[in-house]
Parts: sequence; structure tokens; C-alpha cells
Amino acid sequence: MSISELTTAELQSGLQAGTFSAVELTQSYLDAISRREESVGAFLTVCGESALSQAAAVDARRQSGEQLGTLAGIPVALKDNICTAGTKTTCASRMLENFVPPYDAHIVTRLKAADAVLVGKTNLDEYAMGSSTENSALGKTRNPWDLQRTPGGSSGGSAASVAARLTPLSVGSDTGGSIRQPASFCGVVGMKPTYGRVSRYGLVAFASSLDQIGPFATDVTGAASLLEVLAGHDERDSTSVNRPVPEYSRSVEQPLEGLRVGVVQEHFAEGIDEEVASSIRAAIEVYRSLGAEIVDVALPHSKYGVAVYYLIASSEASSNLARYDGVHYGHRASEFENMVDMYAASRAEGFGDEVKRRIMLGVYALSEGYSDQYYLKALKVRRLIRNDFDAAFKNVDVIAGPTCPTPAFKIGELVDDPLQMYLADVYTISANLAGIPGISVPAGFSPAGLPIGLQLLAAPFEEEKLLRAARMFERETDFHTKVPQF
Amino acid sequence: MDYTTIIGLEVHVQLLTKSKIFCGCANLFNPDNPNVQTCPVCLGLPGSLPVMNRKAFQLSVKTGLALNCDIASFTKWDRKQYYYPDLPKAYQISQFDLPFSADGWVDIEVPSTGETRRVRLIRAHLEEDAGKNIHDESGRGADSRVDLNRTGTPLLEIVTQPDIRSAEEARIFLEDLRLMLRYLAVSDCEMQEGSLRCDANVNLHVEENGETIPTPIVEIKNLNSFRGVEAAIEHELKKQVKAWQTDPRRMGEVPKTTVGWDANRNATFEQRGKEEAADYRYFPDPDLCPVTITQEEVDEIRSTICELPGVRRTRYVSELGLTPYDAGVIVDQGAEFASYFDEVCVTCGDGKQAANWVTQDVQRELNERKLEIGEFPVSAPVLGAVLKKVVDGELTIKSGREVFATLLSDAGDGTRISAERIDAIIADKGLGKEQDTGKIDAVIQAVLDRNAAVAEDVRNGRMQAVGPLIGQVMRELKGADAKDVRQMILDKLQG
Amino acid sequence: MLTREDVEKVAGLARLKLTEEEISEMADKLSQVISYVTVLDEVDVSNVEPMAHVADVANIFREDAVRESLPREAALDNAPKSDGKYFLVPQILENA
Ligand SMILES: [Mg+2]
Ligand SMILES: [Zn+2]
Repeated sequence: MSISELTTAELQSGLQAGTFSAVELTQSYLDAISRREESVGAFLTVCGESALSQAAAVDARRQSGEQLGTLAGIPVALKDNICTAGTKTTCASRMLENFVPPYDAHIVTRLKAADAVLVGKTNLDEYAMGSSTENSALGKTRNPWDLQRTPGGSSGGSAASVAARLTPLSVGSDTGGSIRQPASFCGVVGMKPTYGRVSRYGLVAFASSLDQIGPFATDVTGAASLLEVLAGHDERDSTSVNRPVPEYSRSVEQPLEGLRVGVVQEHFAEGIDEEVASSIRAAIEVYRSLGAEIVDVALPHSKYGVAVYYLIASSEASSNLARYDGVHYGHRASEFENMVDMYAASRAEGFGDEVKRRIMLGVYALSEGYSDQYYLKALKVRRLIRNDFDAAFKNVDVIAGPTCPTPAFKIGELVDDPLQMYLADVYTISANLAGIPGISVPAGFSPAGLPIGLQLLAAPFEEEKLLRAARMFERETDFHTKVPQF
Repeated sequence: MDYTTIIGLEVHVQLLTKSKIFCGCANLFNPDNPNVQTCPVCLGLPGSLPVMNRKAFQLSVKTGLALNCDIASFTKWDRKQYYYPDLPKAYQISQFDLPFSADGWVDIEVPSTGETRRVRLIRAHLEEDAGKNIHDESGRGADSRVDLNRTGTPLLEIVTQPDIRSAEEARIFLEDLRLMLRYLAVSDCEMQEGSLRCDANVNLHVEENGETIPTPIVEIKNLNSFRGVEAAIEHELKKQVKAWQTDPRRMGEVPKTTVGWDANRNATFEQRGKEEAADYRYFPDPDLCPVTITQEEVDEIRSTICELPGVRRTRYVSELGLTPYDAGVIVDQGAEFASYFDEVCVTCGDGKQAANWVTQDVQRELNERKLEIGEFPVSAPVLGAVLKKVVDGELTIKSGREVFATLLSDAGDGTRISAERIDAIIADKGLGKEQDTGKIDAVIQAVLDRNAAVAEDVRNGRMQAVGPLIGQVMRELKGADAKDVRQMILDKLQG
Repeated sequence: MLTREDVEKVAGLARLKLTEEEISEMADKLSQVISYVTVLDEVDVSNVEPMAHVADVANIFREDAVRESLPREAALDNAPKSDGKYFLVPQILENA
């Protein structure tokens, strides 16, 4: 077994024991990238040199007996909508193709303080808008389990990087399922924390009230270790919550006594693939066999989630993306008649179709005469969705269900049908609307060998419970140990 | 033509904070060094987020209270969306439906009518200022330049009801508002630097055949001097009267127009119509949290409000017996000057005496030395102590002036002087008022003896001759009161 | 549903220059989404407060302290056009 197939915890102990150095470890991942990246296309930027020098610095400090951070020497990839000082941050858009931020995102500062090795920036749907990474203007990412299929999205590059063992860990962002859905498609663990748990400072905004940064890992323990570093208060983000961060990586191994698992029967009704449904039913049986109580819960308003989501997310996006006008940064058209035309031409050239569609939808939903009917109405139904969860979590610890209705779809299959693509997010969206944490863990394979993900949701700030419940399941199964061969 | 002038103002005031409203960049007027006061937040860089400056909010509430507004217990921040190169996010963080304050008023005195008018305020809200676009004026169509130093300066927008009835009232309202804001120390209100700016909405209510007909509103943008406000509104009113007489239009028949004011040509000019009707698409900013404020917090802020100009003016007249003119002179100098006066007044116990000295001697010295009252070497307690001796009759006014002058020349380049110096100067120069009438009498007698001829003239009624006699006595008796000496000489010669 | 005129108006507000073809396609695709979201019409939201923020936090402030700004060079570094001191934009016609 090569180094790059070890879990994060195994890498950590190997580094501590001196079995391999951080430079050797980083080099082995860089080798994996040079062998397989061409097929996968997970990265937009690989920072090989700086990664090796960070690794060397970690080795030197370990040698001199210094206290090191919790992710010392562990390679991590970042979704390319997270600002890195001096390194291009493109959002996979023509608009920001050459944008070099003068500052680090808060989580980049934390990763550096934890002595993680930053390997590169991963591909995504342009501005994180999409569910397949096909909306990237700068590259194509393929699912390591089947190169004809999408890795999911929008954090497709981060999910594919971990699935293909190009990095043991990666960071994504989740606005409507953009971590959990690609995790499910790629057979890795992906987690969206509670809104406010991780600072958004330096995350290029898509929909500010929904966006949340979270970890990808090959296993739950790895995700716990990464979340422990990402989470925490940041005074530069007014919506970042000031409460202590539990030691997730320590508590994750403790099973939960008297666990109550909620199941939503509607999740198994319309639109779900039978192979997904049976894997998830089997997963619920695993919990039952571990002594958990299985409880039916109702989320009557979740079926409105997709509609609510597309109105709110697009409205916020239309505002967040207004700043890309070719004046202060980003793409400027070379030909225009006057200033207004310069704006419109620069934006037309800089943005891809899906981004344009969402901006248009958002402008429409917020415009005079329509905002009550669309935007405001969506905010009200959003509260009903949250109320449903609050009621449900009075009776259960976690809610279990499918992450996605289907396994990974083929590249090109849904690009011309945005609405069908939106409906792929039907199970993940409600967590963003309600602001609650969710995790996707590998829970099986389709007959065609495509991964299937189990989604667990918990009440706000119950990440610890969520990780422990996920780990209980993972311990009983071996889906997460499978590595795609290509 | 019978009509009423209707004017409403929208005033923008930059707040005196150290840093900007949502980031730590300095809040400084710095037009000569463009783009040096920016950071990811005020540049609107991707990924950056705003955090509200506590001081900016507190200063806003303080102002709202001074403007007699109701302070909302819950307020939030909204995005106002429009494109302009000086607005890097393409939205301004402002307040839409729930401003932090509403329903206030300001009373103004209008000298030309002798009236007191109440101008009601619709609301005051907090927002961020934009940067500055500098246009090429060569006419060759060169690029416009954008400086973002000002972007994110905390800005208070104060909106009046259309309660103002003349250009003069508009100017007085603004002058009074500026004085009040300076007393509150919430803004320096430097109009040339743009820290106080004003838009005016102007129209007429024409009375015709028993009907009141409102004419279309014209908005005059970005007025940046008091004279400009008055002149621009005057000009616009004349235009509107003429327009009514030649081509009468009612409100609603033509869209609201926006004009600029060209102070050099003394004329308004029409600003280019917008590409499409403004649709700001306001919605709550998801990056910022709402603010709640309790009654205790409001009261605490209220307790930091000093005595405001209007109240002060009234008190000076009614309690200290100053003339309205003197009261006005003192109050108009600003809070620090008025406080100096108050302290002098309390120390010496005589408002009129204090007012004379402060408005004449002190102000003259300040002007000559180009000093602010805070830098004046003779502090209020020291001047008060000198004046106390005058009021108590221990020092003549003339000697008091000499003590004051000596204190100032001692001070040289502005060293602060303590009250102890006063007695030393009086002793040194023998300025203490001579109280020994026997001694005065003896000196007078000696002077009369030496100047028998002059004394004779006075006895014969040539009163102007008494002056030199007084002068001689005063030279020998420094601390004597000239008035007393004159009386004593006359008593001797005529009695 | 959305007409071409609606799309043109929205595109103007959004500052997006669309080709004729894009306008038709946009009218089509947006209409689909808009007709899908009418499912919300069946939800009774009387007496429901809109939920703009999920995090139940209020009164977040920073203290009024000055922090170092970016050097001018860094501020202008990503600008499509600058003269080293200012951002440059095509002439803004204000006083036409
Ligand atoms: Mg305003
Ligand atoms: Zn700044």
C-alpha cells in the first residue's frame, strides 16, 4: 500500500513516528498528482514547490523539537473560491482568471497555523454554482470512479482530489449541498458545518446566508481533524459564532448511547433510484443493529426547499456578483461604447451561462413589484423549513437519509436541463436553508460500482454528535476503504 | 400668481470616527494621496466581509437623539444596489425599511420674518459613503479616475419633511444643523471637504381657482456650501415660477428631474437621465447582523449629549442677561468656546463681564495668534480669577487688562499659565487697587499744588483740563480707579 | 411567463449584455424555473416572519480602531486599468 492510501490519522502517526517525513509524504502526493491528475482534473493550480518548502519547514521544526500544529505536514487542497494571498483564486471563472488576492481567507490562516501543507486549488462550478463541476470555465473534472461521469459539484475538484488520493484532505464550500453531494458521488466523507461555525472571511460569496466552508476526507476521523482546524470564531465575519470548538478528532471514536435516528419516509418516495434507496435502508438497519432507535420524522416543508433555495441563493448571488464589473478587479471587455456598455460587455464575457441565469433570476426575484412574491415569500417558507427541523430534533439526535437521489450522472447528461440539475440537490438544500450541519458518508455502491452516500443531519452546533454518529456507521462498514482504480 | 415654496432637504454627514464604518482603514480626508486608505473590505474584494464600527453606531444614535428622533429598538442593514465606479461592491450598505431613528424635528429662527419654524425630520439612517470619481474636464473624453480613500466612511443621512418655505430657511436649517453636529462632536461638517453635503427637493404649491396644485419636484444634487444651497434654491424657484407661467405642469405629468448646481455660472444644469428607472432592489444584508438597543443604552448615550446651541443661547439671554447678539456670538464659536465662556462666567460670577472679555479680548487674541480656544494659554479658570478681582473691585478694568496682557506675554509661545501668577503680576507692577483714601487724598493734594493754574481752570469750569490732573495722579498711584480719582479731584476743587 | 421584454429589462438591471439568442434562451429557462417556484403559492405564510438570517445573532461590532491599509500598489494590482494612482474607467458622462 502506498503512502497516499493511508488515512489522515495514519499519516499523522507516521509523521510523528518518523516513518516518513513531511517532505516524503508531500512528494508522494505530488507524484500521485502527476500520475493521475491528467485523468481526474481536480486542480486548477498545483503549488508543488511551495508545498514542498512548507513540508520541509515542518520537518525542520519537528527535528528541533518544536510544538507543531494538529495538521503538521498533512497535504490539504482548497477549493478555488477560497482566497489565498499571492496565489490565484479564480472561482473557475473567466472573470477572475487572473485574480490574485492580497489576503488569505480566515481558514487559510488557520490551516497555516495548524502547519498543514497547502498543495493547490481545486476546480469547481463557476462561483460554486452547479452540481457537477461542468460549469467550470477553466477545467473539466472527472469522477475517479468513472471518468465519464461528473464528480458532482460544486466542490467537485475537492471531492475528486480526495477520492483519487491526490490529497488526504481538502476543503470545499457548501451552499445547497456542494460538499455533501460531490462527497456522495465520489465516495468520500464531506461535511457542511452549522452556519456560523466556520468563518466565511475570504470565501468568495455565492449566497452569503447559505455558504459554509467544510472538510472532505477519506474517513470520518479525517473530517473531524480538519473541521477542528477550520472551525472557530473570527471577528472579521459578523455571522461567525463565538463558541468553543470541541475536540472533534478526540470524541469521534466514542459511540453514542441511546442514539435516536430520524427517518423521513418522503425521502424514499418520488425520484429516488432504487439502488440508492436500498443502500440507505441498509444503512439504517446498521444503526438499528447498533441499538439505535429508529424514529419516523416529518419535514413537511422540505419539498419546497429547492424553490426556496433557488430564489434566495440567486437573489443573494445577483447582489454578491454585481461587484464584478471590470473596474476594480476581474475581466474588462476590450471593446465597448461607454461605461455602462463596458460593464455589460465585461460581465457578459466574464460569466458563464449558469452564472448569468442565476444572476438574472436573482435580479428578477428582487426587482420592484416581484420581491414580495418571490424573495420575501421564500424567506417566509425558509422559516417554516427551519421550524420543521427544530421540531424534529426534539425527538431525534440525527436524521438519516440519502445524500442524493442518484449516483453520479454522466458528463453532459443534465447540462441542458438546469431544473433537473437543481432537483439533484433536493435532499441537501434544506440543511443550508435551516443553517444546520450535515455530513455525507460512503454507504454503498451501485451495481455499476458508483458510490452512494448516506446523509446525516443534526441540530445547530451538534457537529460532535454528527461525527460520532457517522463514525459509528463507518466502523461497521468498509465502503470508505475502497479506492477507485483508473 | 399665488404660491407656496415647498422644500425638503436630504443631508449627508460624515461621522468623526477614527476608522471606516466596516473596516479598520483610517477615516481621513486625504485627496492628495489617492487609494492609500483601502483594504479588501472597502475595496469590495471577493471574499471580504463587513463588520460594523461600534462608534459609528453610537454617534448616529447620539445625533438621532439630539434631533429629537425616536430610536428604534431593532434596526438592520440593507443593500441598496446600483452601479457606479466609486461603489466597488455595486451596492451601498444602507438602511431601508427599519432605520435606527425616525420622526424628529429641529426648530430654526428666521431673522427676516422673526418666526420660529419647526422642520420635521422623516428619518436619519446610517450608511457607507462611496469613493470619489474625478472626471476629465478637458473635453477630450479621457478616462475618469477613481479614488477609494473615502469609500466606507460612515455617513448619516438626514431627511426632512418638506417643511422648509424659503431658500433662506434652508440655509439657516443647514447652518443650525452644522452647529449642532459640531457641538455633538459627531462630525466636523467641513462642507468644502464634503463631510456635510446636501440635496434639495424643490417645488411649488400654486393656488389657482381655489385649488392647490403641486408642481413637479426638482432635486438639486450635491450642494456643498451654504451660499450654494441658498443660491441654487433661489435660482430653481425662479425657474419654476417662470415655468408655471409659460407652460404649467402638475406633479406627475413629467418625471422628477435631477439637476446639479454650477456655482461658477450660478445656474443649475440637468443631469443625464438614468438608463432605466432606478430599482435599487433593497434586501437585508446577509453579511451583517441586526442591532437591538435597550432604553438603558439609549439613556446612556443621551447622557453624553452636551448642552446644545439653541438651549445655550436661550440660557445666556434669560439667566445671564446677555444680549441675544452676544449670546449668539459666543454660541456660534462652538462648544469648546462656549464652555470656556461658561467656566469664566462661573469663576468670576458675572456673565456680562465674562461675555465682554471673552468676545472682545480673548477673541481678538485668538484671531491674532491664529489659535483655537483649546490652545489659548490663559485658561478659563485663570481668566475667571482675574475677572473675579475686577468684579470684586480689587482690580480696575484697566489693570485687569494689564494683568491679562502680562499673562499672555509671559506665556510666550503658549505655555499654560497658572492662577498663582496673577497675584505676582499685581504685586510686581503695583496694580492692586489703592484702597487707602488718605494716601490718595495726599497725592491729589500734591498734584493740585504743583498745577495750581490748571486747577484754577477746572474750578472755572474748563472740565477738559481735569484729564491731565487725573493722569498725573494715576502715574503716582498705579492701582487707583480713575473714576474715583476724578470724583475726588472735582470734590476738592468744586466742593 | 417571462417575455423577451422582461428579460431585456432584467438584463439591463443586471448589467449583462445578451445576444438575441441568449435572450430567447434565457426567457425560456427562466420561465421554467419561475413556473417551478410557483409551487410556493400553496404554502400559507400568514403570520410567518421572513428569515433573512439563520444565525440568531445580533449586535456584532468592532471597536473603532485603525488598522493598516493595503499599500496603493496592492490595492491597484488587480485593476484592469490604472495609472498607478487611480483606477481608470471610461469617461463618466454626468453633466451632459
Ligand atoms: Mg443615501
Ligand atoms: Zn478598508
